[in-house]
Amino acid sequence: MSTGAMSDISFLLLTFFLLTSSINTEQGIPRKLPPPKTEDTQEQIVDIKRRNVLNVEVNYLDQISCNGEIIMISELKDKAKEFFANPTNSDELPEKQNKLIEGIGDYAVSKGVVSLRNDQGTSYDMYVQVQNELQRAVNELRDEAALQYFGKKFSVLDSAAQKSVSTAIPMSISEAPPMDYGTQGAAQ
Amino acid sequence: MSRFKSNEKKETPELNMGSMSDIIFMFLFFFMVITTMRESSLKVHFTPPKATEIQKLEKKSLVANIYIGAPINKNENTLPPGEVSVQLNDQTIKAEELVTEVQNFIGTEKESRDAEDRDKLTFSLKVDKDVQMRYVNTIKNELRKNNALKINYTASKREN
Repeated sequence: MSTGAMSDISFLLLTFFLLTSSINTEQGIPRKLPPPKTEDTQEQIVDIKRRNVLNVEVNYLDQISCNGEIIMISELKDKAKEFFANPTNSDELPEKQNKLIEGIGDYAVSKGVVSLRNDQGTSYDMYVQVQNELQRAVNELRDEAALQYFGKKFSVLDSAAQKSVSTAIPMSISEAPPMDYGTQGAAQ
Repeated sequence: MSRFKSNEKKETPELNMGSMSDIIFMFLFFFMVITTMRESSLKVHFTPPKATEIQKLEKKSLVANIYIGAPINKNENTLPPGEVSVQLNDQTIKAEELVTEVQNFIGTEKESRDAEDRDKLTFSLKVDKDVQMRYVNTIKNELRKNNALKINYTASKREN
């Protein structure tokens, strides 16, 4: 039997799939939105001490301010890291609360919350960059803790250990309603 | 010297093509397995922002896409002031129907999944990097109102 024809056909099919396939796996920065407002949660205003909040604001010119101080995007990660870790137990940086965490033991968990506020005119690119830098700060801290307590990087830990490390270093971003000092007429 | 002379009568043996078709078939199956057809055609320009800390979503079947970007065709529906379109499934949506359309979209996407998978459904926001946050905020508000809380900001990989 001649196999030449068969190889021609399979070549055709191969080129078809080569052209139509896209190996784009879904990837991005996962986030959770806060649950919708209801009547009883509306009144609830959580009182958070000033030292426990890092105010990150992005204006419509894509400038970033961090606790009132204008910074570059490259500085944000270190600011956030210092804020979450508070290595010197400074009075200016967030308090810590000791918690008993499985697999780690007693660990001083930071009470810090990053309050992120953007303008309606902020570009999506800058918004993702800010989210990315905050995520990077937390990931680096988690890697450090994972190395310290489990001797491995966070990404290669099993899910129980990952959960412990995540409880020790929580990712706490709260998004404030956006500002609107935008340039041209607002959309809504 | 004569032993180094090539034998002129020698012919190259004919190649056996049978194994080639096997190899091609292997390639074919590989591409057939990894390939995913894009289920809807894009109506908006979409270049994802680049980021370093991206994660892969576990299950592709549990992802619903929302595209936001500048329209490719001029006659697409846009949100005011008319520079940005929102695409759900394969249609751009009208500004005045935004609330109901997003609600329907979330409803149908949730219904088409098994009951135990509904909480794991992720809404992937595929937003062009030049879009202003006002449009993203509108969509995020709608998602939040409809209890679709798992979202993903699609981004492509960047090395530092």
